[in-house]
Amino acid sequence: MLANYGYIGLLLVVAIFFAVTTLLLPLFLRFIHIVPHKPNPIKSSTYECGMETIGKAWVQFNFRYYFYALMFIALDVLVVFLYPWAVELRKLGLFGFIGMLVFTFIIVVGYIYAWRKKVLEWK
Amino acid sequence: MSIFNPSLNLFNCYLEALPPDWPGGFWLHLGLFVVIILAFVLAMIMGFIWFERRGIGRFQVRLGPNRVGPFGLLQPVADAIKILIKEDIIPAKGDKWVHWLAPVVAFVPALMIFAVVPFQDGALLADLNIGILYVVAISSVSVVGIFMAGWGSNNKFSLIGAMRTVAQAVSYEIPVVLSIIGVVLIAGSLSMNEIVKAQSIPFILLQPLGFLIYFIGACAEINRTPFDLLEAESEIVAGYHTEYSGMKFALFYLVEYTEVLAVSAIITTLFLGGWRGPVLPPVLWFLIKVVAVFFLIFWVRSTIPRIRVDQLMAFAWKCLLPLALINLFITGIEVVVLPEALPWTIIFLNLAIMAVLIVLWSKFFRLGGGRVEV
Amino acid sequence: MIGLDIAFWVLAIVGIIAALAVVLLSDVFRAALSLVVCFLAVAGIYITLSADFLAAVQVLIYVGAISVLIILAIMLTREVQRGSPSNRLRIPAFLVAILFLGGMAFAMLNTTWQVSVAPPLEPTTSALAGLLFGEGGFILPVEIAAILLLAAILGAIVLVREK
Repeated sequence: MLANYGYIGLLLVVAIFFAVTTLLLPLFLRFIHIVPHKPNPIKSSTYECGMETIGKAWVQFNFRYYFYALMFIALDVLVVFLYPWAVELRKLGLFGFIGMLVFTFIIVVGYIYAWRKKVLEWK
Repeated sequence: MSIFNPSLNLFNCYLEALPPDWPGGFWLHLGLFVVIILAFVLAMIMGFIWFERRGIGRFQVRLGPNRVGPFGLLQPVADAIKILIKEDIIPAKGDKWVHWLAPVVAFVPALMIFAVVPFQDGALLADLNIGILYVVAISSVSVVGIFMAGWGSNNKFSLIGAMRTVAQAVSYEIPVVLSIIGVVLIAGSLSMNEIVKAQSIPFILLQPLGFLIYFIGACAEINRTPFDLLEAESEIVAGYHTEYSGMKFALFYLVEYTEVLAVSAIITTLFLGGWRGPVLPPVLWFLIKVVAVFFLIFWVRSTIPRIRVDQLMAFAWKCLLPLALINLFITGIEVVVLPEALPWTIIFLNLAIMAVLIVLWSKFFRLGGGRVEV
Repeated sequence: MIGLDIAFWVLAIVGIIAALAVVLLSDVFRAALSLVVCFLAVAGIYITLSADFLAAVQVLIYVGAISVLIILAIMLTREVQRGSPSNRLRIPAFLVAILFLGGMAFAMLNTTWQVSVAPPLEPTTSALAGLLFGEGGFILPVEIAAILLLAAILGAIVLVREK
């Protein structure tokens, strides 16, 4: 089993190497004057369709994004429990099925409550 | 040093659990499959780019690229050379390191997915026991790369694009994963190779609703056109890669197509029976199915207009999620109560259930029309 | 097993450097990214211990979900780049941290660790399913965990509705 993860780890190294090399290639080509490098203040200013930039880009965002992320985490944890259950359901039989039904039902109560209270709406 | 001594015994146990060909065969296998994966990904993406541009040209009653090489076949090569010799612009106000690393962080997970995709029986880099869970886990890392791009650029359009990506990925992940679990229920394994072997009938017939949900959700996760709000040209220029040029932009472009290829390969493996098929060699079947799924994806792209952000969220949370949950438990009941039933009964039952559910949901729930404050 | 040793040391060093970066970097966003690296290194260490399911869950929940939550939380703060400037409690905090580290190191070095000689389970998911959902397993704690998740969802709803 660990040999398989050895493959995964080494593929990770190869993938990082590939991506970094791809990004270093233009730097090398710039060194031998194939890729141009003529920065000027206008060119490297923030692109906003020609307008002057007002304020910073790093501004406070809508709180609603955070709510969706919280819902997502709760459901993601539910899903993690589903994987081993799904693999073994044939052996677990009705007992396992009802166990998972109750488990999901408890979480779905929260989801239905969110729907009823209209917080799933994007405003 | 008392912590480390006992662990040596444990390591000896691992040694016995390894396959006998660990030293020599390991490196050969690794070298072979790394080359195969890189060649497969790059060649298929070149092909896909050409195929999509020509195909969309046809859909829009025009020719598409036809100047470079026969039928414009060398167009992707010309694009690659052009993009390589472009100037690399880094925004002065941005976070330089984050801006530079973002394409790498986005690209690496997309490539890593192919480690568990079986090209043929047993022909995959690593046949993990948790194959499909690995795919779900590793593909959730790409979002971080896209967010880094939005952040590192210090550009309002980029950041809005990145925020939309996060919201979209977060919303569509759950229905996608629930539909995958429907497949796992029938196959009884998480290993990609075992899932293919379990498909004497392609699972698209046993899981029609699951397939639809996976297809829609995956299109949203990889930001294909009906769901490409993060790079909506009419609203936010180019979204998260507004400030990218040259090779870094090319890497993001590559990520987009790598993810499309990954989704095609996963749909092929989970729902279309992978490399299985009569007469032709398995590898060819695999490639045919991947290209067919890709054709379906860009057919959808050229047919359906982009949807609005409130519709996007409502569709995920109020339509796909409940349908995926219902589908999951109906499949569970079938697995527990009717394990011996004839496949054709199950197929007709599932098709009927899918039709009823979709009609019911379309009556019961509407995506709001008219104007909405965003 | 030389490969496993290399993997362990690489992962441990990467994990510790990333964890230090989380604490020492003043740019909050870069600190969050270091936290992602740290999570990934921990997942790798789980794999060297043959806990493949746990490693995948670590990547799925911590890298895929918690880090997104942290990044969104950063977006909600106003002064991102200035980060959290250190205040008067710097030295006491440092002392408490050192004490805690010393205590942990002492406890770890003085424990006689029970190491199982049984080879690791091949598909870990089957055994997990049997324990979590089988008869005579831990079904009650699992259902209680569901109530915890329900509480999290309700908390999120309350946070959004307070306007």
